[in-house]
Amino acid sequence: MSGFIEKLWELGPSLVEGTPHARKLGMKFVAIDKGLATLSLPYNTALIGHPQSRVIAGGAVTTLLDQACGLAAIAGFDGFAQLATLSLRIDYQRAATPGQTVIAEAVCYKTTRHVAFIRAVAHDRDPDDPVATAQAAFMLTSPIYKLPESEEEAA
Amino acid sequence: MSQRLSDDLIASIPYAGTLGIKAEFSESGLLLILPYQKSNIGNPTLPALHGGAIGGFMEVCAMAELRRRSPDLPFSKPIGINIDYLRRGKPMETYARADIFKEGARVANVRVRAWQDSTDKPIAALSGHFLLPKKS
Repeated sequence: MSGFIEKLWELGPSLVEGTPHARKLGMKFVAIDKGLATLSLPYNTALIGHPQSRVIAGGAVTTLLDQACGLAAIAGFDGFAQLATLSLRIDYQRAATPGQTVIAEAVCYKTTRHVAFIRAVAHDRDPDDPVATAQAAFMLTSPIYKLPESEEEAA
Repeated sequence: MSQRLSDDLIASIPYAGTLGIKAEFSESGLLLILPYQKSNIGNPTLPALHGGAIGGFMEVCAMAELRRRSPDLPFSKPIGINIDYLRRGKPMETYARADIFKEGARVANVRVRAWQDSTDKPIAALSGHFLLPKKS
């Protein structure tokens, strides 16, 4: 594991729970690796979008996927940077089961000098039966801060 | 529909309350308002509103506008949405309006624009398909 990824494991919880809107919805950091990020969103009545069925709002799933894609992009750029979402496409395959935690797994499959391309899946137990899938593009809005070489080697 | 019904409509969605959404009724369509609240921030350094909060706000806007047209039916469900982020969402009040591009028997195509300073400077745009409730 590179020093940067190790650092992200350390900082992951504060990167997610330190984001005011992520904290408001109750999002949690789960895991990180190079170009990969996993977050979770436990069920909460404040997230309900469909009062009759008590299914959470599409927007809550959108936000979870956006946050997971952003973190995967940081892990993909292999350095700390400020990012902005350019585009986000979400396909809702089915309603999330009321009461169940939603998990988002994001993969940053390509980075260029300025842009990261990410795919993500949200599911509520079985990754093969997704709640929603996402495709996103993020842009760098600051230089990438890479950890010093020595720290990388020491890791 | 009236202002009171629009208020009830938004109040019936707990997620809309979490974001702090308000609705203003007019004959031409609903104007949705996202008042500034700290808990909608995604990047405290800039600062900027969370892209997900802006997306969720526009999604609620689309569903509320569809509901305004058929108040007796349940809410529609999103099938697929595309969000373009155009400008940073500044920590201030944000507005959104939905335009029903096409309304079929089962599916509606909706476009939503979100803005802050002026309508011709959108901060984000959504286009999406929504599954309409069955008319009994």
